[in-house]
Amino acid sequence: MANLKEIRSRMSSVKTTRQVTSAMKMVSAAKLRRAQEAIIRIRPYADKLHEILGNLSESLESQEDNPYSIDRGSKNILLITINSNRGLCGGFNANVNKQVLLLLENDFAQQVNSDNLDILAIGKNTYDFFRRHGYQITEKNKLYSNLDFEHVGPVVEHIMKDFANAKYDKVVLVYNEFKNAATQILQVEQLLPIVEKETETKKTSVDYLFEPSKTEIVQDLIPRSLKIQFYKALLDSHAAEHGARMTAMHQATDNATELLSSLKLQYNKARQASITNEILEIVSGAEALKG
Amino acid sequence: MILEIVTPDEKIYSGEVKLVQVPGADGSFEVLKNHAPIISTLGKGKVKVVEEDDKEIFFEIDKGVIEVNKNKIILLAEKVL
Repeated sequence: MANLKEIRSRMSSVKTTRQVTSAMKMVSAAKLRRAQEAIIRIRPYADKLHEILGNLSESLESQEDNPYSIDRGSKNILLITINSNRGLCGGFNANVNKQVLLLLENDFAQQVNSDNLDILAIGKNTYDFFRRHGYQITEKNKLYSNLDFEHVGPVVEHIMKDFANAKYDKVVLVYNEFKNAATQILQVEQLLPIVEKETETKKTSVDYLFEPSKTEIVQDLIPRSLKIQFYKALLDSHAAEHGARMTAMHQATDNATELLSSLKLQYNKARQASITNEILEIVSGAEALKG
Repeated sequence: MILEIVTPDEKIYSGEVKLVQVPGADGSFEVLKNHAPIISTLGKGKVKVVEEDDKEIFFEIDKGVIEVNKNKIILLAEKVL
């Protein structure tokens, strides 16, 4: 039987841990709500932009003069990984890392060997992970301290410029999509060149006026929609991170509670045993005196 | 006319308006009731909104796009200063 003092100190340490995990859960829940609101706010913008682009591209035949949809094969690749700066969020970060490793070892093995693959990590976790594995990697970890369109825009512009200048032939995003607080869906998405999304072709018979001209508008809107796509991935990942952390911390709190109750039982048993022992000693001592 | 001004970070304005003046890429223009359907990109500049009760509101935007169709105006601005 473990001694009383040992159990007591264990109980107090479990209690402290439980306090920490439940506080982290609360914080994540609050942050999750904010992150979710951000996603909801961007949705109308993204939808409208998509709609306007849809209206335009119907009447536009030549996509060739668009520098962002040229398919040059996959010689030089940029892999963008989005995960979190902090840990304690279950499998959130590990999932991204695992997927990226898988891509590096299979799909892009050739590019890795010929040193034609760059990784851009958003989130410290992936950055540390792949640096340890000896990959060349750049980071944009600071993006999370100011997660708004103003700060994200330049990053995407830079990437788009590199693509237009043929530094990269393909840009791939790996991130967690937010489904709900408990579920994240790992996404591997091609950012560039633009893949034709299958849109429901609702034939709008509206005869729009275009200013300055159709081509110019398309050229202006496509980079913008790319930026939005990237921004949306970031927001998704951000919300998913808090969701994952909330779930993980909830489980940890539950575990601590369970552990605490079993410790309590153990403690009470030990206490009772020691009291019985003492009484036994007294009684037997008295017996001995009597005789 | 119904006007909506949306940025990636928030919905700035939504409501019934009389007139909207926007900084089009080729020059500023105004949208009044029953304007023909138009899609235009916007540059940097002031957006003037006249509400139903003749109150004027100004927004400073940087780049955007406007769509007008059937007295419904959607203004997507990249940034509102």
